[in-house]
Amino acid sequence: MLAVRNLTVSIAGKTVCRELNFAIAPGQCWGVLGQNGAGKSTLLRTLAGLHPAEAGEVVWHDAPISRLPRRELARELGVLGQQDSGEFWGTVEEFVRLGRFPHRRGLFGFSATDESAVTAALAAMELADLAQRPLNQLSGGERQRAAIAQTLAQQARYLLLDEPLQNLDLRHQAAAMQVFAERQRQGCGLLLVLHDLLWAQRGCDHLLLLYPDGRAEAGPAADLLTRERLEALYQCRLREALVEGGRCFLPGV
Amino acid sequence: MNSRLLLSLLTLLAVLALGGGLLAGALPLSPGEVARGLFGQGDPATVQIVQELRLPRVLAAFVCGGLLALSGVLLQALLRNPLADPYILGVSGGAAVGALAAMLLGAGLLAQQGASLVGALVAVVAVFGLGFRRGESHRLLLTGVVFSAGCGALVSLLLTLSPEAQVKGMLFWLMGDLADPQGLAAATVLLALGLVCATLASGGLDVLSAGLDKAATLGLAVGRWQAALYFAAALFTVAALQLGGSIGFVGLMMPHAVRLLGVTAHRWLVPGAALLGGAFLLLADTLARTAWSPLQLPVGIFTALLGVPVLLWLLARGR
Repeated sequence: MLAVRNLTVSIAGKTVCRELNFAIAPGQCWGVLGQNGAGKSTLLRTLAGLHPAEAGEVVWHDAPISRLPRRELARELGVLGQQDSGEFWGTVEEFVRLGRFPHRRGLFGFSATDESAVTAALAAMELADLAQRPLNQLSGGERQRAAIAQTLAQQARYLLLDEPLQNLDLRHQAAAMQVFAERQRQGCGLLLVLHDLLWAQRGCDHLLLLYPDGRAEAGPAADLLTRERLEALYQCRLREALVEGGRCFLPGV
Repeated sequence: MNSRLLLSLLTLLAVLALGGGLLAGALPLSPGEVARGLFGQGDPATVQIVQELRLPRVLAAFVCGGLLALSGVLLQALLRNPLADPYILGVSGGAAVGALAAMLLGAGLLAQQGASLVGALVAVVAVFGLGFRRGESHRLLLTGVVFSAGCGALVSLLLTLSPEAQVKGMLFWLMGDLADPQGLAAATVLLALGLVCATLASGGLDVLSAGLDKAATLGLAVGRWQAALYFAAALFTVAALQLGGSIGFVGLMMPHAVRLLGVTAHRWLVPGAALLGGAFLLLADTLARTAWSPLQLPVGIFTALLGVPVLLWLLARGR
């Protein structure tokens, strides 16, 4: 269980959230919505222990996350940041294999378990054919799939993913969301920063809304997905449409 | 290229370069004479040339090149910048200011060496103190570049103020020269230790090159690694400076050369770059002391003359 208690987060003098409380139970998928600059990434980095909380705490199974050894945490918590591939010179497979680093026992080499996790992650992101290509020769969307595969290979019980669908085409967006749903069914807890309301609606059972004024709301998606809330969240007018019996939100003109 | 194959070829190259370095010189010696000389047999004059002149020089060049390349690999992983080289953090700038100031004051050779060491260490501590932040690398890089620029201005000032007779000696120091290596034994031990530690740490280096945040979420204690890499790279650079002054090109380009040959995992990149750096600097130094014999040219000229065409070819080929 990953929980936040009375969490206040700010960055560069801007408050992201004040005294926030919520908990991600195993098998739940949380979506984080908000405008550009609302602090979604900062909140995710705080949950990952990469950004200090101003007040309150992030708790992993009743222990403050800041007290846990990073290596131990890395076996439980997989984190996908926004600019992840950086200056990596090796192949796609080598990049994905980095996800096994927290599980590695010896100094060199990887076990059969490691290799099968890497193969499975490559297959899940449809990267098997690109596995031996240098990562920096790939397109932006392919690199994003490699970054997701790396996080999947980590086989953590909780996944924090910052805009996992960025740069992905429609088919791969659906494939990625399906992989996340599969993990969720296996009992993983997920938190996804998203910009696409459709995926937030379809893929997430809980939502966290970060309003421009520093207010935050957490709860079941069914309660929070209302036109009034989303209009206040994005500060723009929306229209509701019925598609296959479900509501969906479109930009209003 | 296959990692093991490339490493074997680089080992062969290093052995050939060591042999070539021992054979070449003002006095031509046969392989047999060199081999006997190494074991203290044969003509006493030959023994002296081999044991006291050529062997230390050849070893100094190899160790210096290995240290620079190793330092380059570590800094490129730490700073996540392909342009990082051993001098980017101001170590050589500090050493140059120290050495040139000592020369201007008319200090002896030993005092010059001491002053360059002090200058280098001041730079290491100052840049770390001003620029180091946990989980961030750009500030350190920029602090090093700014510090180096300041040292460059001081070097120009010292050159301008110096009497003409001293300027040539100063320029030789600045271009890098292996004629008078200091601390060879210590540097050799340092290179061996550094190679072992960096190879053992290769998994962490791989993870670091995927980004500092990513490395942290994969379980690396990023702050500790950053500090350790910085000081290890600085230590190797200082040792290399004591051996050969500031020799350009090796630390920046040898890691890239190994990468361009297809080896990118640090487990192989670390020993590969060190072997290539050692062999390369040894070849350049052998040319520098024999091409215009008896005139000995600064080796820094030859590292660039030899390396630039090869690297340009490798880069063009990779497109």
